[in-house]
Amino acid sequence: MKRIALLGMPNCGKSSLFNRVTGASARIGNWPGITVDLMRARILLGSHMVEVVDLPGIYDLNGYTEDEQVVRDFLCAQPVDLLIMVINAAQAERQLRLFLQARTLGVPIVVLFNMADEARRLGINIDRDAFTEHTGFSAHSISAKFGDGVPQALAQIGHMLGNTVPSMPSFDALADADLEHALDQLAHQSIDTPVTLSARHTDRIDRAALHPVLGPVLFIAAMALVFNAVFLLGAPLQEGIGAAFDWLRSAALVPLLAPLPAWASGFLIEGIYNGVSTVATFVPLIVLFFFLMALVEDSGYLSRAAFLMDAFMSRLGLDGRSFVMLVMGFGCNVPALMGTRIMRARPLRLLTMLTIPLSLCSARLQVFLFIGAAIFPAVWAPWALLSLYLFSIAAAVLTAWLFRKKFASREPFALELPPYRLPTARHVLLRGWHEVRHFVHRASRFIVAGVALVWLLTHLPVGVDAASTASWAGQIGSWLQPLLSPIGIDAQLTLALLFGFVAKEVMIGAMAVIFGQETSALGDTLAQHMNIAQAYSFMLFTLLYTPCLSTLATLQSESRDWRFTTLAVAWPLALAWGVAWLAYTGLSALAH
Amino acid sequence: MCALSELQTGQDATVVGLRADHDFVQRLHALGVRIGRSVRIIRRGALNGPLQLRIGTTDIMLRRTEAALIDTTEPATAQT
Repeated sequence: MKRIALLGMPNCGKSSLFNRVTGASARIGNWPGITVDLMRARILLGSHMVEVVDLPGIYDLNGYTEDEQVVRDFLCAQPVDLLIMVINAAQAERQLRLFLQARTLGVPIVVLFNMADEARRLGINIDRDAFTEHTGFSAHSISAKFGDGVPQALAQIGHMLGNTVPSMPSFDALADADLEHALDQLAHQSIDTPVTLSARHTDRIDRAALHPVLGPVLFIAAMALVFNAVFLLGAPLQEGIGAAFDWLRSAALVPLLAPLPAWASGFLIEGIYNGVSTVATFVPLIVLFFFLMALVEDSGYLSRAAFLMDAFMSRLGLDGRSFVMLVMGFGCNVPALMGTRIMRARPLRLLTMLTIPLSLCSARLQVFLFIGAAIFPAVWAPWALLSLYLFSIAAAVLTAWLFRKKFASREPFALELPPYRLPTARHVLLRGWHEVRHFVHRASRFIVAGVALVWLLTHLPVGVDAASTASWAGQIGSWLQPLLSPIGIDAQLTLALLFGFVAKEVMIGAMAVIFGQETSALGDTLAQHMNIAQAYSFMLFTLLYTPCLSTLATLQSESRDWRFTTLAVAWPLALAWGVAWLAYTGLSALAH
Repeated sequence: MCALSELQTGQDATVVGLRADHDFVQRLHALGVRIGRSVRIIRRGALNGPLQLRIGTTDIMLRRTEAALIDTTEPATAQT
């Protein structure tokens, strides 16, 4: 099998091209020799089966960020037949610098000038014949977004693959390459740029989006819109799916499993089915959330958020990029942690990684939606949720401020502000789909095992009343009571928290099993079980206490430092207890 | 000669010197900030926030402390 890698700078449209070429077939892949995951897919090009790998977008093959190291490690460990060099045609005079580095590697390269339509609108013209004549490398103009020119480019690449052999690039000549002079020469020979550029619509949007007062207001409005859209569109879907699961259970599952012994049908229905179906009702919310996040991310708006927030973040020892990662963490902490690889200074990266697990991720959102709806009056529930988002941000700010001296750094802050782009529906759907499949894959491993274990713990030893104090679960809960009763959390909820450490998605499923209820009845049971002070304390504790197992594993694999990972577990736990105690005592006092 | 951070918003000037360390100079080069290139400050972030710079077709944000490491020609007064 042949192997092709996609190389390009950030904002060159490399991922759009990857998605266009590989469609929904792409998977996260692991490679020996490198510690991180990259997207890969197998496609048929001409007569060859080809593995296409999407490398991280980098500025410099010689650079020192983790991303740049990943690209070098990959190229040193995995032989490639051909590199596809993606260049944003509108910024070719600068992005060709990476091509000048890549051509010293001694690997066949095909250059794709992407966003040809955008460049044309700016009056930028690239003479591909002159480019090929002066460099000896073939080039194509494409629009990865709309597909123009892509089939022709792929046809030629498929043709070229007939003569290639997999080779390891040589990095010997890289350091000596004369870049700046050669770049001027190449740009002069092959790029025609107009003297003055026409005013862009991006400038008009930025006048509002980057305005000192209006900008932050718009940002909050945009985020509020995303979260509201998730609830407005997702809630009916969620109810529908919940009802379908309940119907399936009573109409088919219960009669079908009736011949089994009581413990077996109990395990399958009250354990596995109730637990998993409760979690499954949240999938539409998660799908919507990731689609909307993909839309925001691909539009170029997040770098505006970085611009607006950098002044504030710098006082906390962070920078604008840290803020963007925190926002990404609202989706899922794991990719946000991986996103910190663009930071070069290790203290800055670690401080950002310490704050990310405090972001209210979509899994915690499920728990809060459920408890909020079950226990709070309908008018209060959205405000309770909003307050949790504010607590999440405040906790991140407090953490950064407290630890800013320990992780002091001085990394220069330079970041692109790409023009606004309207992502195509296809691209957003594909991005969302990749995220969702990754999420479901990760969640499902823990959920089935988690709810099964909860059922066993609540029903063993044989003969005890389910989830009573005599059961193993009840005993574990009692041991931890001295620690958790001061914050209003009883033995049964303690067990749910214990499983929340595995994955927050398990918590609602675990409650369904602990209380022996299906989706709709669980809410009523919970409402009788805890008052508002207890519920709010429980939600605050859940928000902050410990990152889930996936996040913990990512913290360790990205930091490669056990002391840091221990801090990232211990500090949020202490913070969670303190905040929950304050809330519980305060709210209980108010109620009396 | 003046530091880039002291340019007026909207004025054009040419980069004549980069006083940053090697790594950061490489990053600036990759972003298009090079000696001889024309640069303009589009806006300044509130509360001493970053600068939005335009170099050719690329917009970047840069903190004021880093912009102070970039030397430019005196701005061309005719182009206001």
